[in-house]
Amino acid sequence: MTTSTSLVYLIALPLFGATVLLLAGRRADKWGHILGTAMSASAFAVGVYQLTQMLGRTNESRPVTQKLFEWISVGSFNVDAGLMLDQLSICFVLLITGVGTLIHIYSISYMSHDHDRRRFFAYLNLFIAAMLLLVLGNSYLNLYVGWEGVGLASYLLIGFWNQKPAYATASKKAFVMNRIGDMGLSFAIMIAFATLGTVSFDGVKAASEHASTAALTAIGIMLLVAATGKSAQFPLQAWLGDAMAGPTPVSALIHAATMVTAGVYLITRSNFIFDAAPTAQLLVVIVGAITLLFGALIGTAKDDIKKALAASTMSQIGYMILGAGLGPVGYAFAIMHLLTHGFFKAGMFLGAGSVMHGMNDEVNMRKYGALRKYMPITFATFGLGYLAILGVPPFAGFYSKDKIIETAFNAGGNKGIILGIVTLLGAGITAFYMTRVMILTFTGKSRWDDEVHPHESPLLMWLPMAILAVGSVTSGFLLSNGDALVNWLAPLFAEHGEHAERLQPMVVSLLALAVVAVGIAIAFFKYSRQEVLAIAPENVSVFTKIARQDLMQDKFNEAVFMRPGQLLTSALVKTDEAVIDGAVRGVGQMALGSGSVLRGIQTGFVRSYAALILVGAALLIAAIWMVTQ
Amino acid sequence: MNSLILLMLLPMLGALLIGVLPKANETLTKQIALATTVIVAIVTIAIAVGFQRDNVDLQYVQSYSWIPSFGINFAVGIDGLALVLILMSTVLAPIVVLGGWNESHGGRWSVKTFYVLILVLETMMIGVFAATDVFLFYVIFEAMLIPVYFLIGGYGTGQRSAAAVKFLIYSLFGGLLMLASIIGLYVMSGAQGGHTFDLAALSHLQMSSTTQNLLFLGFFIAFAIKAPLWPLHTWLPDAADSATPGTSILLLGVLDKVGTFGMIRYCLTLFPEASKTFTPMILVLALISIVYGAFLAIGQRDLKRLIAFTSISHFGFITMGIFVMTSQGQSGATLYMFNHGFSTAALFLVGGWMISRRGSSTIADFGGLQRVTPIMAWSFFLAGMSSLALPGMSSFVSEFLVLVGTFTRYPVHAVIATFGIVLAALYILIPVQKALHGPTTEGNENLSDLNLREKIAIAPVIAIIIALGFYPSPLLKVINPASAHVIAQMGFTDPAPTNGDK
Repeated sequence: MTTSTSLVYLIALPLFGATVLLLAGRRADKWGHILGTAMSASAFAVGVYQLTQMLGRTNESRPVTQKLFEWISVGSFNVDAGLMLDQLSICFVLLITGVGTLIHIYSISYMSHDHDRRRFFAYLNLFIAAMLLLVLGNSYLNLYVGWEGVGLASYLLIGFWNQKPAYATASKKAFVMNRIGDMGLSFAIMIAFATLGTVSFDGVKAASEHASTAALTAIGIMLLVAATGKSAQFPLQAWLGDAMAGPTPVSALIHAATMVTAGVYLITRSNFIFDAAPTAQLLVVIVGAITLLFGALIGTAKDDIKKALAASTMSQIGYMILGAGLGPVGYAFAIMHLLTHGFFKAGMFLGAGSVMHGMNDEVNMRKYGALRKYMPITFATFGLGYLAILGVPPFAGFYSKDKIIETAFNAGGNKGIILGIVTLLGAGITAFYMTRVMILTFTGKSRWDDEVHPHESPLLMWLPMAILAVGSVTSGFLLSNGDALVNWLAPLFAEHGEHAERLQPMVVSLLALAVVAVGIAIAFFKYSRQEVLAIAPENVSVFTKIARQDLMQDKFNEAVFMRPGQLLTSALVKTDEAVIDGAVRGVGQMALGSGSVLRGIQTGFVRSYAALILVGAALLIAAIWMVTQ
Repeated sequence: MNSLILLMLLPMLGALLIGVLPKANETLTKQIALATTVIVAIVTIAIAVGFQRDNVDLQYVQSYSWIPSFGINFAVGIDGLALVLILMSTVLAPIVVLGGWNESHGGRWSVKTFYVLILVLETMMIGVFAATDVFLFYVIFEAMLIPVYFLIGGYGTGQRSAAAVKFLIYSLFGGLLMLASIIGLYVMSGAQGGHTFDLAALSHLQMSSTTQNLLFLGFFIAFAIKAPLWPLHTWLPDAADSATPGTSILLLGVLDKVGTFGMIRYCLTLFPEASKTFTPMILVLALISIVYGAFLAIGQRDLKRLIAFTSISHFGFITMGIFVMTSQGQSGATLYMFNHGFSTAALFLVGGWMISRRGSSTIADFGGLQRVTPIMAWSFFLAGMSSLALPGMSSFVSEFLVLVGTFTRYPVHAVIATFGIVLAALYILIPVQKALHGPTTEGNENLSDLNLREKIAIAPVIAIIIALGFYPSPLLKVINPASAHVIAQMGFTDPAPTNGDK
């Protein structure tokens, strides 16, 4: 394999930025955002350079590696700090640094009034570095460092305004739920080492060829657990909505475009495991299917624009996970949807930030309305993202989402029918809730208060939105034209025969468009024909109530885990004091006769110490002597 | 002169020097104490540089006849295990002195006495790890209680006398059992070729399995109290609650390691068969410690008690690593001992500064410190990240090694222990949220951030934690040969991959 000496700069540059900004403190306030943006842009430049190098090589010699140093080596457990860039990771590198740089630029303006803008850029740089390590590490353990590193950055950014108690709680919740997922990754690594004797991607791939299905299934399921935590998939999805406490650029970068897609990366990267473990693969599909509906349903009831988009993210990643579970044919489509989603969802989140910027940080869409007139650029860029997520041809989602729906139908049998219907249904609900967002925000009558003066955002904010909008329009076509992405990634995945096409692509597209049209129509009649209330109505159906409460996810977690956990904790604290320490005190009192002896030790302790030793030792020597005779 | 003997003499010299100083000059006293501990740390680093990594024999060996009529020698020597623990202890000592610059004030006795106690304790810390004569080890093991007793009872806070006595009685009880076992060993050595207390000679004794089990328990219970292992842990929260932060660092960071060190050096070496017999039971106790300690930490309202319970959880990991008998578990456990020293030091140092500024150790009394004292808040946060074993921090390497080393032989144990990492997230993030986040609550508005001395004390601790997280090789290269030697002596080999070449 080709070696490279420049991979490390991808990580080192943003890491340097984060370190300088954090250590310099307030001294860096004046130029911190410039340095942070420059470091992210430099990493993007290194990424582009790597891509040009990679394009110049043939398929087999495209992956490059760089060994940095020996990290952990004990017995046969040997892990180098090593990086690997191949056709899959370069997609992520460009997405992370590209979208990342745009969001740095956007944040210069968005965060300009914040006293702690420098710290914000430090965290953003830290995130970029950790995310790049996640996709560049050449072993599961290296990936793990990036995996928890992005979790840390996410925690810091969700809690960026942690002086508000609710935001501090949201950041803690995200960290803890992610750790539950991380436990899955730990297990996967342990199982891999115990069964295959290695934790590097190459090693596991080679060993998986003669490993038992049971071992691979166990590893696969644990990797899936990890993916559900990081990618907010069922049943570890409940943190994502609260994560919207973070500043909106963070929601765009971390909780839409990049970090939350890490689960898709993990499954795709581990294709050799899932291909040989059908049970694990089926579970991946089931998780994806449940989440895509779960997220979409939550999305229908949210009045908070960011939470509606977050629910949508959850749902769209459900599509990706489902696609990845339909490997080998689905891997490339999952990645394609991941990339197009990176453009349109990041664009829409930045649009939401732009709206909030013009609306005194109001997030309740019921207090919006008619913003099309006041924010034409935001409306246009958001609208292009809207068309892309709906899958209207020729926008990006049309190419990527329809491919997943098509693959779902082609899975065959009842599985194919169920998955096909679920993905279609999801597309319809997506059309409904996204149309609802568009209508509530940009059309109809204004519903905001008098002191609000909506205005278009400045250049530094709308430019990144415009660039992402271009991606929302063109990326699908570019990636699928001539099967560009599929062919690019093909060398990494197992060969798959031509699947019987149970439904023609054209039929799938028409079906999807029909369902989308229905979704739009319902939203249109419900929100555009009737007057929207500025205050959410209370006399709604029980389904709406449940959806507003995120399908009871928090109530469930609280009832099943949190409260029993709290009870157990307080019971244990009491037991420790009363029973265990009590027993010890009791034995002590018995052994020493009474409390007065204790006081005696306190006062003349040296004498008592000597006496105790002598008496005790004599007794025990006698006991030993009797035993050894 | 032998380097180890010199190393042990240096703190005593410092203590002597302080002893002859006039009482009034407190600053000079502290400066001498700091200078002494810095010199000791430098000499230790020199010893570590001169240490032959791949040589599993004891190095820097020296033996003086001490009580010839009983065959007792003042014998010292170190292997990789002892070296890293001595290194940890002597590097922590100046940090403790500098970080707790003012904690000797307001005690029952003078500032002078405080530093004499600290320096005498440092000599013993080196000696307890370096001793190769079982009787010498025992004497130091027991004698260490005395300075710690005075440090808690004389300079602590709250119920300091009661806590000091509780600590003492617990330790004495364990020490007695160990003494009985040592005498048993001595008696038997007389029947098998001559009375001796030499560790290497004693490890070749022939014993019936009953005898071996009983003698093993004498040592093990003493070490399990020291470590401390559930259910012998209840002295620790009280002691940590009452001790000054510096004393807590020495107590939890160094002295408790004598327990886990003793399990490897004495239990495994002297009683290999009994160790195997008791392994299932010990692993269960270790698991309980991991989970129980974590739950108890989550439930604490007091910052110092919380840190103490996190340590009980961490000592569970160390004990588990020692007894799973894989090279990853064994090396991981030793590395864990080293890393835990710095992790706990960071928590107690910063926690101590927070408490002394606020005048309370109740977590709920803090609030919003991140915006009042950002550097102190960051230091506490990083210390917490180290305690929850975030990748990139040194504790991650050791914790993961213990887990992976456990999994290859005891998968169920490893799975249960891994749940500890979720609990760890809770016991760190709950106090982080309560103390550092949220609005700044009453009584916290005017707290001052770290001063230069405190920054100088905490900076190397955090630097070591992060540096060893990314590059633990220098330590692992010292630890690995010693661990492999233990595993081989016990007659174990690492389990082979179950799905290896077919």
